[in-house]
Amino acid sequence: MSIRERLSGNEAIATAMRQINPDVFAMFPITPSTEIPQYYAQYVADGKVDTEFICVESEHSAMSACLGAEAAGVRAVTATSSAGLSYMNEVLYVAGSLRLPVVLAVSCRALTGPININHDYSDSFAERDSGFIQLYGENNQEVYDNYLMAHRIAEHPDVRLPLMVCEDGFITSHAIENIELEEDAAVKAFVGEYKPENYLLKEENPLAVGPYGVSAYYMEARVAQAHAMMNAKRVILDVAADFEKTFGRKYGFFEAYKMDDAEVAMVIMGSSAGTAKVAADELRAAGIKAGVVKIRVFRPFPGEELAEVLKNCKAVAVMDKSEGFSACGGPLFAETAGAMINLDNRPKMIDIVFGLGGRDFTVNAAKSVFERLIDIVKTGETGPVYTHMGQREGR
Amino acid sequence: MAYNLKEEMNKEERFHSGHRLCAGCGAGIVCRAMMRAVDPGDRAVICNATGCLEVSSFQYPYTAWEDSYIHTAFENASATASGVESAYKVLKRKGKIAEDKNVKILAIGGDGGTYDIGFQSLSGALERGHDFTYFCYDNNAYMNTGTQRSSATPRFASATTTPAGVESVGKKQVQKDLTQIVVAHGSPYVAQTTLFGNMKDFHEKAHRAIYTEGPTFVNVLTPCPRGWNYKTEDILAICKAAIDTCVWPIYEVVEGEYRLTYEPKNKLPIEEFMRPQGRFAHCFKPGNEWTIEAAQEYVDKKWEELLAKCR
Repeated sequence: MSIRERLSGNEAIATAMRQINPDVFAMFPITPSTEIPQYYAQYVADGKVDTEFICVESEHSAMSACLGAEAAGVRAVTATSSAGLSYMNEVLYVAGSLRLPVVLAVSCRALTGPININHDYSDSFAERDSGFIQLYGENNQEVYDNYLMAHRIAEHPDVRLPLMVCEDGFITSHAIENIELEEDAAVKAFVGEYKPENYLLKEENPLAVGPYGVSAYYMEARVAQAHAMMNAKRVILDVAADFEKTFGRKYGFFEAYKMDDAEVAMVIMGSSAGTAKVAADELRAAGIKAGVVKIRVFRPFPGEELAEVLKNCKAVAVMDKSEGFSACGGPLFAETAGAMINLDNRPKMIDIVFGLGGRDFTVNAAKSVFERLIDIVKTGETGPVYTHMGQREGR
Repeated sequence: MAYNLKEEMNKEERFHSGHRLCAGCGAGIVCRAMMRAVDPGDRAVICNATGCLEVSSFQYPYTAWEDSYIHTAFENASATASGVESAYKVLKRKGKIAEDKNVKILAIGGDGGTYDIGFQSLSGALERGHDFTYFCYDNNAYMNTGTQRSSATPRFASATTTPAGVESVGKKQVQKDLTQIVVAHGSPYVAQTTLFGNMKDFHEKAHRAIYTEGPTFVNVLTPCPRGWNYKTEDILAICKAAIDTCVWPIYEVVEGEYRLTYEPKNKLPIEEFMRPQGRFAHCFKPGNEWTIEAAQEYVDKKWEELLAKCR
C-alpha cells in the first residue's frame, strides 16, 4: 500500500535513502542539496538507519570516500549541487572508470558566475561525459521513484556504473508537493541487497583497484565502460518494468506527451516540462497539434528512441537549461540534433536556451515557443537556430 | 618480542620485486618494511595516492602488492581510506567479516600527495578519527613529474621549478614541518623515521602506528636518486647522514608525549648530508658559502626546539 504524504524533493530523496539504508553516506553541505544529508543525519541520530555517516571536508573527499567504500564492498551514497559537483569532477570520472555504482543525488543548480544558488543544469550537464548514468525527475514523485530504481540500475552486473538522481534545485528540492511513498519493506525488497562480485575486503582473495593503464590497455577499459553504458539502456527499461509491476507507476527513457500526432514539439527536461505540457494542452484546445518530450534519461542518451518519436514532427524546439558556450546551441540540442541525423526526413529544429540561474519559465513563454514552431512550419523558414529566451534586452 | 632483522626478512614478502621503481629508490624499501609491520595473520588494504609508487607498483595487468590495494587519484588517499575504513566497520558489524579477522587500513603517498595537494584530505581524515595509518614517503619534491618543488623541498635544494642559477640558490623557503602539523591534530601516534641501520626504528614505529587505534601517521624521509642526484648505492648512507646531521630528526609522539628515538653521538655538520647530493651542488660554489651556514642555523634551531619538546 502506498502512503500519501507531502514532501519536498530533498525530503523525498532522504526518505528513499532511509528506506534503502545504504552502508556509507559521505556528506558535505551545499545549497540546495544540504537538506538531504541533514534529514539523513536525523535518521542516524534517531536510530532509524545504521549507515556510517561521515561528514567529510569537501565534495572531492565525499566522492573519494564513496569510491573507497564501494570498492571495499558496500553501498555508498552522497548528495551535492553546483560547485560541489564541479569540485567532484575528477573523481566522478574515476567512479565511472572503476565501475563503482555510487548513487549521487544532485539538486541541480547554476554554476558561478555570477554566483547564483538557483536552478539550471549547468552543473549536471557539465558532467555528462563523466561516465555517470543521469536520471532526471519532473517533480518530487519522479525523483523519489528514480531514487528507488537507482541502485538496481547502477549495481546490475551488466552495468556497474555510478548514477546521478537529478532534481531541479529549489523548484523540486524545496517545493512541498503531494507524493505517494512506498512501504519501507516493499522498497527494501525492490532494491535488494548489494552483492558485488569482487571487493577489497573480500576474505577469499585480495583485489587491486585503479591501475596505471598504459596505451596498450587503456582503450579496452574505456570501450568496456562504453558498452556498460549501452547495456544500461536495457537495464533501465527492465528495472522500470519491474517498478511498474511492483508500484504501478510507469517510466521510460522519456515521457512522450501527446506526441502520437504532434506536428510541433518541444524537447525539455525536469520541472519545466510541466509548464510545457500545460501550454501544449492550451494549444491543443485551439486545434494546434502540439506535443512535449520530457527527457528522463540523459545518460545513456536515448538517441534512436528519441528520433523515432520526433520523426513525424514538422518543427521541434529543444529547450536547453544550461549554456554550453559552443556558440551554436546547448548540450541537449547537440545531442538531440545528433540523434536525428540519419532520418530521411527531419523536422526543422531550433535550440532555445532558457531559465538560467532560476529565471522563470511561464506557460506564456512555453506557448511563445510553440508559436515560433508554428511559424516555421507555415513559412518553411527555420530562422535563427540558436537563441536565448527570457533575458532582458540590451547589454 | 625483540626485533630480529633475519626473522623479519624470513616473513612472506607482501610487496614483490618486479615493480618498476628506480634502482636506489627509497619507496620500495618503505613499502616492503611497511608490509612487514602488518602481522602475518592480518590483512591490509593499501590506499595509494597517485605518484611514482602507484604507476610503478600497479601497472595493469601486474601488481606488486600481495594485499588489497586501491588507487583513485592524487589528492585523496586519506578520503579514500576513510571510505574503506567505514566499509570495514559496516562489514564487521554485519558479520560479513569474522570477529577474529583483522584488516589494517593503510594509506601511502609521496610528499606532494601528502604535504601539498593531499593535505586537506589528510587533515580531514585525521580530524574525523578514522582508524588508519598514513605513511608519507617524503622524497622532498614532485618526483613522478620530474623533481618540481613541493612544500617538503628543503631550502636551497635545486628543483626543476626552483633551479639554481646565476640569480638563484635553489628553493627559497624551508620545508613545511608536516609531522608537527599532524601532532597538532591530536593523533594518538605520530612518528618520523627513515631507512637506517637494521630497519628496527622503522619497523617498531610502523607496527606501533598500525596497531594503535585511530588515525596515526609515519613520516619517512625517502631519498630519490633522480631528484637528489646521488649514486644509487649510496641511499642508506644518505639516510644516515640525514639523521646524524639532524636534518631529519628521528622521534615519535605518543598521545602528545615526545620521545627522541635516535640521538647522534656526534651531531655532524650539514655539509655531510648536502655534499653527496647534486641538488645542493651549487651551495658549495665560491660565494654561496652562506647557504650552508643558513641551512645549518635552521637545522640547529629546529633540533633545539625538538630537544626541548622531548625533555
